[in-house]
Amino acid sequence: MLAALLLGLATAQAGVLPEDRADILYHLYDGGGVEIDGPSLLVRKKAGKNLSLVGNYYVDMVSSASIDVVTTASPYTEERKQWSLGADYLRGDTTMRVGYTSSKESDYDANTYSFSASQDMFGALTTLTLSYALGDDTVGKSGDPTFKRELDKQTYGIGLTQIFTKNLIATLNLETMTDEGYLNNPYRSVRYFDASDTSGRGYSFEEELYPNTRTSNALGIRARYFLPYRAAVEGEYRFFTDTWDIQSHTASITYVHPWRDYTFESKFRYHDQTGAHFYRDLFPRAGATNFRGRDKELSPLTSYTFRLKASYAFLNDNESWGFIKKGTVTASIDMLYVDYHDFSDLTALAPLGAEPLYSLDANIFQLYFSFWY
Amino acid sequence: MSILTRYGDVMRPNFRQFFQVLLMLLLLGGAAGCSNIEPWVKPYERDRLADPIMALDGDPVSSQYLQHVYEAREGARGGEGAAGGGCGCN
Repeated sequence: MLAALLLGLATAQAGVLPEDRADILYHLYDGGGVEIDGPSLLVRKKAGKNLSLVGNYYVDMVSSASIDVVTTASPYTEERKQWSLGADYLRGDTTMRVGYTSSKESDYDANTYSFSASQDMFGALTTLTLSYALGDDTVGKSGDPTFKRELDKQTYGIGLTQIFTKNLIATLNLETMTDEGYLNNPYRSVRYFDASDTSGRGYSFEEELYPNTRTSNALGIRARYFLPYRAAVEGEYRFFTDTWDIQSHTASITYVHPWRDYTFESKFRYHDQTGAHFYRDLFPRAGATNFRGRDKELSPLTSYTFRLKASYAFLNDNESWGFIKKGTVTASIDMLYVDYHDFSDLTALAPLGAEPLYSLDANIFQLYFSFWY
Repeated sequence: MSILTRYGDVMRPNFRQFFQVLLMLLLLGGAAGCSNIEPWVKPYERDRLADPIMALDGDPVSSQYLQHVYEAREGARGGEGAAGGGCGCN
């Protein structure tokens, strides 16, 4: 995740350094008993003709009473702070980027180092990007100061952006990620059939146990088209597969419509995945398989998101505030619905085998100001 | 050619093949630098592509945040193309 975030900082256009801009964003995720909010601040500034520096500070304040937490543990609150620094260096048609991200919470430390190079070709019609990121994580456990596990992550990426016509641009991205180390969540449990359970539920819980390695491949394509009346439409598709046997298809369509100083956007996203080979909603007995997990994110699921977004430019090129040339304010809501195909809702307190399947509704709000200078 | 090789039950990257792919792409890039392919969309014809509504990642802070949300809620990751670069049309 950090690698992707870090690579996300490197949104430079090869051959041209990214624009100087600053963004301050407030985010709120609210759904399934979980509330996560906080700020994100990004500042990007050129230093001379060939160098652009970027910094990002991001906070997640979590208050969780999710279904995982209420069925096996106690609600909790925690905070995650993340900061990133990056530099883009432009030389001719080549842009090189380096970045570092540090993320800290009470029981998880992550450091990510990244490097990428982009090359413009064929009169800047084609941009080829090669990227690499190395993550060095330390997993802890709240209440157990001696618990410390390592996790190493590597990401290899190849990206190709192509201008096809005056109205059409498309991008293709291939990313391979490898993880080695402690991949469990130290707080999550699996449930197994237990006839001797005295509570009358018929099942008990034991610690989950994941493989120590995971390798995934993702291939994404995206195309954006300029419509004849100044509006844009974007289509995106991603195929994902990994060594845990999760396979997914993700597709989305976005429509962008400017009107006077406003820009409106609407997006629909669909995601469907199979479950990990070691995932079971209910194991037949304790220690039934070498690896075991009941993490709902690793279960077969389908998710749908519908977005509404509006942006207002309160400052344009012809009415600047000192050194600030342009300013916008943007508000958006993403309504996420997740349908789990093999994850029972244990809070329903139904008899074993008759529990309804769980589903999740969440609203994701964002409000941010952007300034160009 | 796959950049992954199966070792027992685990698929691991085959670094040799990965770097062969990189080398091929770099050679392709090098060859492109020497050739005279005429860009079929001229720089002065890219005004629409330079319009902010055509930016592939016009709101980097927001898209990073949503990527983080989806990675936390779903089992898939990567391939979104944040590292894909832009159109060089500014």
